[in-house]
Amino acid sequence: MLEWATRLAFGVVDRTKFVTAASELGRNALVHGRGGSMLICEVSEGAKTGLRLVFTDSGPGIADIQRAMKDGFSTANSMGLGLGGAQRLVNEFNIASAPGAGTTVTVTQWKRR
Amino acid sequence: MDQIPILKLGDFLLVTIQVELHDQLAMTLQDDLTQKLSRTHAKGVLIDISALEIVDSFIGRSLAQIAGIARVMDATTVLVGMRPAVAITLVELGMPLKGIRTALNVDKGMKLLRNAQEEDGFDEPAFEGDPPLAP
Repeated sequence: MLEWATRLAFGVVDRTKFVTAASELGRNALVHGRGGSMLICEVSEGAKTGLRLVFTDSGPGIADIQRAMKDGFSTANSMGLGLGGAQRLVNEFNIASAPGAGTTVTVTQWKRR
Repeated sequence: MDQIPILKLGDFLLVTIQVELHDQLAMTLQDDLTQKLSRTHAKGVLIDISALEIVDSFIGRSLAQIAGIARVMDATTVLVGMRPAVAITLVELGMPLKGIRTALNVDKGMKLLRNAQEEDGFDEPAFEGDPPLAP
């Protein structure tokens, strides 16, 4: 992913933020979602290009998303920076989840022009 | 299994992390360093992370824990060489590593450790038991 971000000529800060966010979300899917998959794709919108990641797990899902996004909320005895932290590191963040239906998090980082 | 070397340099321990720190490696480092602190009575730990491109919340937490363990084992920890992009990312992530002293490079980090040691003062005299009771 780092290589991919490099190839798209992301700046070093955007690249670092994006890969770190991916690490947080990957860990979330593993710890809370019992593992899952990550899809990576290049996206473009008009003249903008970017990278999009979709994390999908089929874990227990999240009942209260707003609460789960808050810093310090943790059910795994970690620091609970995963979701909220990842959101701050990317340009676009989308989460869909329901109890029993797993969780899908989509993040996008656009290349700065 | 991979291991991160811990070098003893005078009163200090020097840890240079040259590979991306994955979870298991971070845990191993924590264990190894604690053992080494207890064996060597080192007064300072310098951790060089200049090679790390990514520090996520798990790694940040491991580093903070290492500093916390070192503190209760009577040693000061200095984290040196953090890349600018990593610094920006950690603060935005919500992990400003408040409990750890930092320096820009190894040189400055060593200086900081020496100063911390001097501030700590001279070695306390060995405890030689209670003074004999007056007859």
